[in-house]
Amino acid sequence: MVPRTQRRSLVAIGAGGLALSLALAGCTAGGSGSSEGGATSLTFLVDNGEATVATAQALVDAFVEENHDISIEVETRPQGADGDNVVKTRLATGEMDDLFQYNSGSLMQALSPDDTLVNLADEDYVGKFDDRFVQSVSTENGLYGVPMGQSMAGAVIYNKDIYEQLGLEVPTTWDEFIANSEAIKQAGVAAPIVQTYGDTWTSQLFVLGDFNNVLAENPDWAEEYTNNKAKYVDEPALAGFEHLQEAFDKGLFNEDFASATYADGVTMVATGEGAQYPILTFAAGQLMTTNPEAADVVGTFPLPGPDASTNGLTVWMPTNTVYIPKSTEGDKLEASKKFLEFLATPEACDIQSEANAPQGPFVIEGCDLPDDVPAMVSDLQQYFDDGKTNLALEFLSPIKGPALEQITVAVGSGITSAADGAAQYDEDVKKQAQQLGIEGW
Amino acid sequence: MTTATAQGRTSTSPGAISPAGPAKRRPMKSPYPTWFFIPAGVFYLVLFLIPTIASFYFSLTRWTLFNVEFIGFDNFVRFFQEPQLVQGFINTFIYAFLTSGAKVVLGLLLGVFLSSQIIARGFIRSVVFFPVLVSVIGVGILFKVLMDPFDGPINEGLAAIGIDGPGWYTDPSLALVSVAIVDIWAGVGLATLIYIAGMVAIPQEYFEASKVDGASAWSTFRHITLPLLRPATVTVVLLSLIGGLRRFDLIWTMTGGGPGFSSDVLASVVYKQYQAGFFGLSTAGNVVLFVVVAAIIFPLSWWLNRKEDER
Repeated sequence: MVPRTQRRSLVAIGAGGLALSLALAGCTAGGSGSSEGGATSLTFLVDNGEATVATAQALVDAFVEENHDISIEVETRPQGADGDNVVKTRLATGEMDDLFQYNSGSLMQALSPDDTLVNLADEDYVGKFDDRFVQSVSTENGLYGVPMGQSMAGAVIYNKDIYEQLGLEVPTTWDEFIANSEAIKQAGVAAPIVQTYGDTWTSQLFVLGDFNNVLAENPDWAEEYTNNKAKYVDEPALAGFEHLQEAFDKGLFNEDFASATYADGVTMVATGEGAQYPILTFAAGQLMTTNPEAADVVGTFPLPGPDASTNGLTVWMPTNTVYIPKSTEGDKLEASKKFLEFLATPEACDIQSEANAPQGPFVIEGCDLPDDVPAMVSDLQQYFDDGKTNLALEFLSPIKGPALEQITVAVGSGITSAADGAAQYDEDVKKQAQQLGIEGW
Repeated sequence: MTTATAQGRTSTSPGAISPAGPAKRRPMKSPYPTWFFIPAGVFYLVLFLIPTIASFYFSLTRWTLFNVEFIGFDNFVRFFQEPQLVQGFINTFIYAFLTSGAKVVLGLLLGVFLSSQIIARGFIRSVVFFPVLVSVIGVGILFKVLMDPFDGPINEGLAAIGIDGPGWYTDPSLALVSVAIVDIWAGVGLATLIYIAGMVAIPQEYFEASKVDGASAWSTFRHITLPLLRPATVTVVLLSLIGGLRRFDLIWTMTGGGPGFSSDVLASVVYKQYQAGFFGLSTAGNVVLFVVVAAIIFPLSWWLNRKEDER
């Protein structure tokens, strides 16, 4: 083993090199806000998604209105894996903004939160959080995030007009889903299932959205998976990959599935060019931007499994969560905490619903959705009320393999078989588990 | 300029006479004091030497930026076990040799064509060279639009004459080749330029002599132009092969290594590992890339230049 001091300095050199290359690539290092004349100025790093920036800016404006001695500047970073790099590198080098938005669940776990983030477990407002959200932003040693946004589901959005026209019922089993899709194909009115591999992340929903059905078969699956016991090559988890392959083999996808984008997919369902699209319900935001006239046409149902009695939603906790890095200190820390406290109020929730179409129920007590939400979101409420929901795997286990989207594209394009894809993903998961230093791998 | 570098290497090979003078003479004492080299030395040390050595160390570790665990050669073992990584490895060679070969052939033909007496020669030369000036990312985005399997102008044009165009970058068996074609289009200008420079350097007397001897156009090309263009060919081969082996930007903009893993090359695999936070593994990938490039280029360069001496 390498002696500790040497190790430290090598880490510093390596991290410094990375930071340098990022800086050279044009990403300005943040966290340069200064306090002058008694006013505290903060910077707030969010991803550059239109909806995220709009929501963050609306919240900041409302907060600054009430707190004249604090000013907050919203800065942006790329989304996806490039953004992960920025966040990880800035945290590692202590250059992070005073506040930043990032995912909850397994992605947050990859930030080593115990070492890098400010523990919020003692704040009063955390008592108002939904237990499942608490779980998704906590480690054994603390609670680190406040939600900016709502929970959502990984489910199938569908065109209600097409269903009505062909006399179809919302499917509760996979076989019914395939039967519906075949009927739509027969009728020739629309592409039965929309896939959009121009944005590779959208390909993961058949696997990730099926998790409610995995848990229905084996309630301990997530734990066994974290402990290197349950694998994707075995049922019930293999079903997600098999469904993807089956849908491809039966020719149920839209013709341009290989090059279409996420935005294309949402529009296709809205205009009736496509009938069903497995996606995250944050697509409501996209729908209300590009096709607001279809707000009542596009509905949602869960990805069905083998058993109608356990049919339910796979739920994501708010992926937009706000954290304070340990590098924020003194006045800035106080001001940042004040902002988080504001985020947890019903007033802040209302601002969020106004700034961007809600994607599912809030996870803070006292926050309610407005009455005029799109059908895509109101369809979810019944499942929440009936308790027919389960958390997605990424909130129950810290391990998510990073190559899933490429693997599901390969399976969904007929390049790889379901069994091979699942085996590749198990290897990918192993790599991530080792990287995270989880015991038993 | 670049040709000179290739020739410069020859002179340092064993047995070659040093251009500095008689071999007996001691190495000339530098006219500069030692401290004169310190600034450059420090830069070299900090920006090149230390990172290089550090990367060899980090390739043997599991590194999260926050802490480091030494794991020996596990990263390399993993790198060669995963099917998609092996696929990327193979694709790298296909891509490099395909683009390099095509650039040599097309560059030579264009070079010969553009150094002959034709109308608007200067204009045509600039047209051929123009893609080299455009940002590779821009080229990638442009061709992504042009090659779109459904709305792209290329396939619409083909449809107009009754041909059903392929899914250029969405068909797994075609994606890598499509990117290679774009690479050749974007890079052939540089190869052509090098060949034109080589052509200009050939003394006219040779051509006059061969004309007097009644040589045909083909044998003039075969026995005069081609052999005397060898230094240019060496440069084009080396530059395009190195470029092809480490090509990343174009592939990433056009296909992202997809669909699935079908157009992944070493550089894109390394980048994806880095994105995923596998810093140790991606560093190992870069070490592999370094070794592969070195293992191909050094012997190749030696062989190409040696032939030149023996001629």
